[in-house]
Amino acid sequence: MVTSAVPQPSSPPAAALGSAPASGGPAAGGPVVGVLALQGDVREHLAALAHVGARAVKVRRPEELEGIDGLVIPGGESTTIDKLARAFGIAEPLRAKIAEGFPVYGSCAGMILLADEIADPTKDLSGHAQESFGGLDITVRRNAFGRQRESFETDLDFKEVDQAGGPVHAVFIRGPWVERVGPSVEVLAEVDPQHASHTATLEGKARIVAVRSGRLLATSFHPEVTGETRIHELFIRMIKGEA
Amino acid sequence: MSTEANASAPTTGSNRVKRGMAEMLKGGVIMDVVNVEQAKIAEDAGAVAVMALERVPADIRAQGGVSRMSDPDMIDSIINAVSIPVMAKARIGHFVEAQVLQSLGVDYIDESEVLTPADYENHIDKWAFTVPFVCGATNLGEALRRINEGAAMIRSKGEAGTGDVSNATTHMRKIRAEIRRLSSLPEDELYVAAKELQAPYELVKEIAETGKLPVVLFTAGGIATPADAAMMMQLGADGVFVGSGIFKSGNPAQRAAAVVKATTFFDDPDMIAKVSRGLGEAMVGINVDEIAAPHRLAERGW
Repeated sequence: MVTSAVPQPSSPPAAALGSAPASGGPAAGGPVVGVLALQGDVREHLAALAHVGARAVKVRRPEELEGIDGLVIPGGESTTIDKLARAFGIAEPLRAKIAEGFPVYGSCAGMILLADEIADPTKDLSGHAQESFGGLDITVRRNAFGRQRESFETDLDFKEVDQAGGPVHAVFIRGPWVERVGPSVEVLAEVDPQHASHTATLEGKARIVAVRSGRLLATSFHPEVTGETRIHELFIRMIKGEA
Repeated sequence: MSTEANASAPTTGSNRVKRGMAEMLKGGVIMDVVNVEQAKIAEDAGAVAVMALERVPADIRAQGGVSRMSDPDMIDSIINAVSIPVMAKARIGHFVEAQVLQSLGVDYIDESEVLTPADYENHIDKWAFTVPFVCGATNLGEALRRINEGAAMIRSKGEAGTGDVSNATTHMRKIRAEIRRLSSLPEDELYVAAKELQAPYELVKEIAETGKLPVVLFTAGGIATPADAAMMMQLGADGVFVGSGIFKSGNPAQRAAAVVKATTFFDDPDMIAKVSRGLGEAMVGINVDEIAAPHRLAERGW
């Protein structure tokens, strides 16, 4: 399951970080893909992107959105990423780029940040609701599968990826699900009650956990922590206009 | 190592789910809070999680007495008040406090030297739980013993409740230096290295091969300013715990937000300078050297 090139937790020296392309990998001719590096499991996405032939770079500042062919919004805490993105002026330019058809993939917190609507946004002390970048005509519910106690891993049928690799092994960590999809949105994967841990919350219904619309892709789960690279491959094909 | 799910059944509490939760906290700040109001301030400031406890370490130190797991009502009220993950502390070795915290639905348990230990020989068997654990360590051997017991996240201990970052620096440098040393050893010297570290050979061998811990490494204990947080990140921490440093300062909301920003831009001195302005008074603090050895929290746990 776990391939050797993929995500090792823990820390490379600070000098190895920064916005330089991730080292190694067959990157030379691949697209340049940013990972929004305000907070979250940035390193795992950089490794997964390098593994599928992209040149992966960290993006924290508005100007770093220029010159990249696509962006990954990692797993992490959606409220934290939202606040930092607004504080550092990257939220507005990113919204504008998404509106122009810029390819973005979001996992977990990234899915929440790509949703046009959050079912249960948290509100700050002044009553201001958390924001998303939007772009995907969906409604997401945060932490829908439960708390960390209920976090789980399972196998999923996933459309548009190489089916010869079998089901996609998916890790859900306080993950969201999609409650509503607009007409432009294609459902790529669902979790049925037999394959979720906290079945009571599902109320007997299959829940949508992966969607695509145009060049936007989102998953409730974290392919970047399992060594599963087919989702990142799909995103690269979307960037290249091959999928 | 990791628990592979069988073909179709969903699996909770696996290594991957536990360690994965900590991966999602990376680059973030986890803040000690003692009530709902502080928890909301922390969430507003951009904390990735809060640590619910009855007294911050500075007060534990000042007031003395036995320090225990927090009141379940207080933990419940914080869980209900914020949408970010909620962590809580159990005493070292107090597996029933940990059972209670799991039952309350906390997202991570800190088996913490800040509380009074309940067992001076054994830590909690953390494999027995669905909820993941974070544990403190002052060196690599201690970190590996905790991982061997099932810890899914490690934090360097520092010296909690002081506002003095020197011990956090020492512990972070020490852990990283010992990892580098293992990477440089020939394979036949790893057996003695494991003996010297008092850590399981299998884990020592894994570190020697990968050059990194198999779990996320945060820092804790004495971080009081944005520059403190950024320094620990530059020293290789994956993220930061701030205890007394925020709510014992002059302007907690602003300081909390500044520490969050400095953690994200830890390698950008201009940004750290900018967020460090106008924060008011930092926590007064005490120098670790002035604390008599028996009162040093980092020496609890073994």
